[in-house]
Amino acid sequence: MIEFLASYEPGVVTWLMLPAVLFAIGIYGLLTRRNAVGILISAELAINSAAMNFVIFNRFITPAKVDGQVMSLFIIAAAAAEVVVGVAIFVMLFKHRRTMDVTRMDAMRR
Amino acid sequence: MSPGWMPCGDSGARPMQHILDYEFVLRNAWLIPALPLVSFAIVGLFIRPRSAKLSGFVATAAVFASAVLAWILAAGYFRSAEGGHAALVPWSMEWLRFQENLSASVGVLVDPISVLLMVVVTTVSFLVHLYSIGYMHGDNGFGRFFTFLNLFTFSMLGLVVAPNIVQMYVCWELVGVSSFLLIGFYYEKPSAVAACKKAFIVTRFADLGFMIGVLILGYYGYSFFTGAGSTAVGQPFDFAYLTSPAFLEKFSQVATGVPGLTLITVAMVLVYMGAAGKSAMFPLHIWLPDAMEGPTPVSALIHAATMVVAGVYLVARMFPVFAASEQALMVVAGVGAFTSLFAAVIGCTQDDIKRVLAFSTLSQLGYMMFALGVSTVHEAAGYTASMFHLFTHAFFKALLFLGAGAVIHAVHENDIWKMGGLARKMPVTHATFLIATLSIAGIYPFAGFFSKDEILAAALYGGHPIIFGTGLLVAGLTAFYMWRIYFITFWGKARCEKAGHAHEAPVVMLVPLVVLAALSVVSGFVPFAEYVYLGEKPPHEGINMGVAVPGTIAGVLGIAIAWFLYAGDAGRASALVARMGGSYRHIRNKFYFDEIYIFVTKRVVFAFVAAPIAWFDRHVVDGGVNLTAWCTRTSGAVLRYLQTGQVQTYGAWFVTGVLFVTLILWKMFM
Repeated sequence: MIEFLASYEPGVVTWLMLPAVLFAIGIYGLLTRRNAVGILISAELAINSAAMNFVIFNRFITPAKVDGQVMSLFIIAAAAAEVVVGVAIFVMLFKHRRTMDVTRMDAMRR
Repeated sequence: MSPGWMPCGDSGARPMQHILDYEFVLRNAWLIPALPLVSFAIVGLFIRPRSAKLSGFVATAAVFASAVLAWILAAGYFRSAEGGHAALVPWSMEWLRFQENLSASVGVLVDPISVLLMVVVTTVSFLVHLYSIGYMHGDNGFGRFFTFLNLFTFSMLGLVVAPNIVQMYVCWELVGVSSFLLIGFYYEKPSAVAACKKAFIVTRFADLGFMIGVLILGYYGYSFFTGAGSTAVGQPFDFAYLTSPAFLEKFSQVATGVPGLTLITVAMVLVYMGAAGKSAMFPLHIWLPDAMEGPTPVSALIHAATMVVAGVYLVARMFPVFAASEQALMVVAGVGAFTSLFAAVIGCTQDDIKRVLAFSTLSQLGYMMFALGVSTVHEAAGYTASMFHLFTHAFFKALLFLGAGAVIHAVHENDIWKMGGLARKMPVTHATFLIATLSIAGIYPFAGFFSKDEILAAALYGGHPIIFGTGLLVAGLTAFYMWRIYFITFWGKARCEKAGHAHEAPVVMLVPLVVLAALSVVSGFVPFAEYVYLGEKPPHEGINMGVAVPGTIAGVLGIAIAWFLYAGDAGRASALVARMGGSYRHIRNKFYFDEIYIFVTKRVVFAFVAAPIAWFDRHVVDGGVNLTAWCTRTSGAVLRYLQTGQVQTYGAWFVTGVLFVTLILWKMFM
């Protein structure tokens, strides 16, 4: 068993399972969370799964180069900036509405 | 007059006598209709709200300038022509271009009858403008009145100078509109509102025929114009082309499918329907007596002297086309003769002074029409006579109306039985009215004698003895009813208090009366046959005794009967009325034509045509529209529930869709 695990070389599909699960959890949270902060966190999950994909594909397609890793760094930076903007909006929204419940954010309907 | 304000760039450089010479006026003949148009716009938009007095003055001055130009044009045109008066188009421009060889232009046509009409229209219009300054003094709508009068003058001149049938039709409708506006001038009065609607609807109905006629003529004009072997110049809608032998030869060959009826007859009868509507020929005459609801100067200008002769003018303008169809010409003659008799009979029984004059106008228009109907292209004496009568009639009928207006102005009453004894109180009005009455009765040497004489001669020698007899009878009746109102109005004693206190009209009203009276005397001596004729210039004929003697006898007889019945003992007239009984009542009620029209329109057209159509419109047409609206609204109401406003719901739909598409793509490619 130990040998098997030590000698086991996981393939690309195995590696991709983790980001796929992360992405599915992220989408699920995006569609079901009622709290805006929760939605933002779910979005982070989905974004990180994408970043992880870059790293995985880099490893399997061009192991000599680091393009995928660089791209994931960019994604982390963009996600951080996005969180800053998102949280700023939430703060203002909370000041106005005294709530973070997105089901009540339906002004477009009226 | 000073021409400095005229839009003429180099006027300052030239000496005065050259600016207003014939050459200049001919080249700028468009000014004659343009001046009233410009004045209409300026007075209507800028002056009217500020000063009533100034708007009257400007409007009158503009028409005066037009009149001066028209007289110069006429003098030069009739003097200069050698070997026939050519039809000139000194100015024209393309207006609507449809395609190659098919465009409508606006322009000015100068030929004998258009010059004649320009003189008549501008002169009478100017005098009526001048008269109205006095007559409408103090009226609330003073400026509005002059604006409309200017509009009318422009439209009528545009109609007169039209070189093609499209411009004629457009201006034809414009005079209809201005007539409508002026009949309904006192729009607070329900009777005036009803009268203007009636006039508009009746003439509009007649214009439907005119329009179909124009369309037929235009269609064949275009196809022959551009057809093989055509050498025509100009435009297919031009009167010059439509009346040319090249067109008529081909057009008279077109059949309708009904044996014995050619398309030219149909087209010309339809055009005549328009002419009959405007000229109030039987059975479309019903609007003219009611049109007397308008102010009296309007009745003088529009409903006596100028607009109502537009129908006669149209027939004269298209005379060669009418003459190409014998049946169409017979319709013109028959309707004209019948109307002249019919209206004269009714005129004998009316009590409203303006209504008598209105029926007299109808009768005289019938005269002009049948004069056209009895002439042919080769024997065109009737054509000349008709235009001559149009010319003289314009003056003496305008004079009669303006005289009646002066009387109404003094007595504030239209009923002749409330007047009386006005001869001493209004001497100038009386004298001028007397001249007009003599003129219309056809007494030598007044204008009406000459033109009536020529019409009767044309009917007799054109081979229409029945029409000649009708004309003679109408001449007697005309003399009778005109002298009837003359005796009742001016002779005897005042029959009401206001008539007792009547006094003469102001000078501004008397000047037009005197001018028109002078014209009514001298216009008969104009050597008319030398100016206006068709084809070869006819040899000059003196007074034809074979016609003049019976005509004068008829006139004198009419006057004598009127004198016997109305000048002295009023009992004689009432005895006669009692003797006539029912027939008098029928005539007095205008043979119940208004009632017949009401019956036909209300009981027949309304109940069997309009009401079902209205039902269809309301339930089927509107129902279809409403059904569409209901379907849209209902589907909207259902689909509305999809729009929750919850971004997460949309996201769920989006994700579902992406999964679905991915599945499909997978199935397709794996």
